[in-house]
Amino acid sequence: MKRNAIILTLCAATLAAAPVLAGKAITVKGSDTMVILGQRWAEKFMNANSGQVIMVTGGGSGTGIAALINGTTDICQSSRSMKEDEKLKLRDRYQTMGIEIPVAKDGLAVYVHTSNPVKELTVAQLGEIYLGNITNWKQIGGPDATIILYGRENSSGTYGFFKEHVLKNKDFSARVQTLPGTAAVVNAVAKDPNGIGYGGAAYAKGVRDLGMKKAADSPAVLPVAATVKDGSYPLSRPLFFYLRKSPSGDTKKFVDWVLSAEGQKLAVEVGYFPLN
Amino acid sequence: MSRSLTAPDSPTSVRARQRVRELFIEWALRACAFSAVAGLVLIVVFVFKEAWPILSDPEIQKEASLAGFFATPLWQPVGEVPKYGLVPLLTGTVKVVLIAMLFAVPLSVLAAVYSSEFAPPRVREVLKPAIEMLAGIPSVVMGFFALMVLASWLQSVTHSPMRLNALTAGIALGLGIIPTIFTVAEDALRAVPKSFREASLGLGASAWQTAWHVSLPAASAGVGAGVLLGLGRAVGETMIVLMASGNAAITSADPFDSVRTLSASIAAELAEVVVGSAHYSTLFFLGALLFTVTFLINVAAGAFVERLRKRLAGA
Repeated sequence: MKRNAIILTLCAATLAAAPVLAGKAITVKGSDTMVILGQRWAEKFMNANSGQVIMVTGGGSGTGIAALINGTTDICQSSRSMKEDEKLKLRDRYQTMGIEIPVAKDGLAVYVHTSNPVKELTVAQLGEIYLGNITNWKQIGGPDATIILYGRENSSGTYGFFKEHVLKNKDFSARVQTLPGTAAVVNAVAKDPNGIGYGGAAYAKGVRDLGMKKAADSPAVLPVAATVKDGSYPLSRPLFFYLRKSPSGDTKKFVDWVLSAEGQKLAVEVGYFPLN
Repeated sequence: MSRSLTAPDSPTSVRARQRVRELFIEWALRACAFSAVAGLVLIVVFVFKEAWPILSDPEIQKEASLAGFFATPLWQPVGEVPKYGLVPLLTGTVKVVLIAMLFAVPLSVLAAVYSSEFAPPRVREVLKPAIEMLAGIPSVVMGFFALMVLASWLQSVTHSPMRLNALTAGIALGLGIIPTIFTVAEDALRAVPKSFREASLGLGASAWQTAWHVSLPAASAGVGAGVLLGLGRAVGETMIVLMASGNAAITSADPFDSVRTLSASIAAELAEVVVGSAHYSTLFFLGALLFTVTFLINVAAGAFVERLRKRLAGA
């Protein structure tokens, strides 16, 4: 009897505590490109503010935006901007077009195997490669071998950004092998001498970045801090936080901290680039 | 000296209480059994309900319709003009499953023949659990093994341009279904009456002739069931193909091309979709399709086994 009473009391106490714990937590979901950055921000902020719980998960920018629309996250991390139809769906459900807050800058790096002699491409050539119109490395100054294309799943913001800015909204070639996450793309290209892949600049280890040229006669630019910040790297992009309404309370404290000098310095440590 | 019927310790009331308790326990067990069935029915209803707009809602049909699935050769559901071509997904699934079956069925059936007909008892005691331990490897670990080790080894042997292709995924999938087919086939072969074997050997047949012409046909119902079980598992397997097949939606007959299967598409894309969109309904349509195919395979397996059993019993 006494044991049952103790068990019942413990259960009741846990159930009572749950809403208290849940109420203080901020959920952050979305971009795989930003997930490590989001986790580092959350860790540092939680260390400075005990009692605050921030939960960060990845899944892709598309997943994060879907979660924002479905109401299952407070903040969405996205490496691309929200599309018109996503904003309209958000308005249908929450009567808001969403609040967009740029929080950092990223350079979309293009990588090849370290043994590949090709060192630079124009953005147009990169587009032709991923559209499937250029199929052999010898067409762009490399060895006579088929180009093996690696890319991201369509839930990825990196995918969306690449499609919009490099392919100009045309369809990817059917021969692009899709991998879950930038680290998987780097891994695949590192094992494949004829491979080419794209992803966030922070993850490029073990492969070589290609210099990108805006046009055939422009200088080739590598994605480093200076070129991404001043926009001379053709494939630099802002990273966003999206919210349903203007940040308030705990969420506002977190967002303000991310935009502060301390938060931006942490972004540089992780390998991204500050807003200014 | 008769006691009242309502007296607490009378034999009649004890029996009455026992009857009530028995009835209660029987209803509780019945509820357990039906809740399992209810769970299955609810899942099926959910999947088909979410897929239904493809066939019924004109708004959704503007973007994704049954005709549209076969009108375009591309699977690009995210973009300015979404394209939901099912042909690359269907050919991809068929290719991987075919390679897996061609790899797994001879290996597992012949291993079962060896284990039940030729192996000395000591060897069988080690072989059977060893193969069944293969079933204990989680499919995600199998997929990781294929991605890291098998793909590189196969590329060095076959010199195929694409490292992650239908062959890699098919072989890894085959490794995954070997224990399924082996276990059922081996049990079926062991269940063949010893008299069959002894009669054949007594008439002068060799061990292999006995195995191939007597035991295997006698056990064909069970072996067939095992093969169909493996087929059902291969069609629905997700993690191995997601990691090892490259996921490129290519339609071709080349085993060295990357493939995208139905199950991998669902796993990779379902997390991103907005609930209620055409993409969402299409992915559930793929799920309903997978369920229907697996269900039909199981029904066919049952009918096949029944027919063989009747034939053998009649003959």
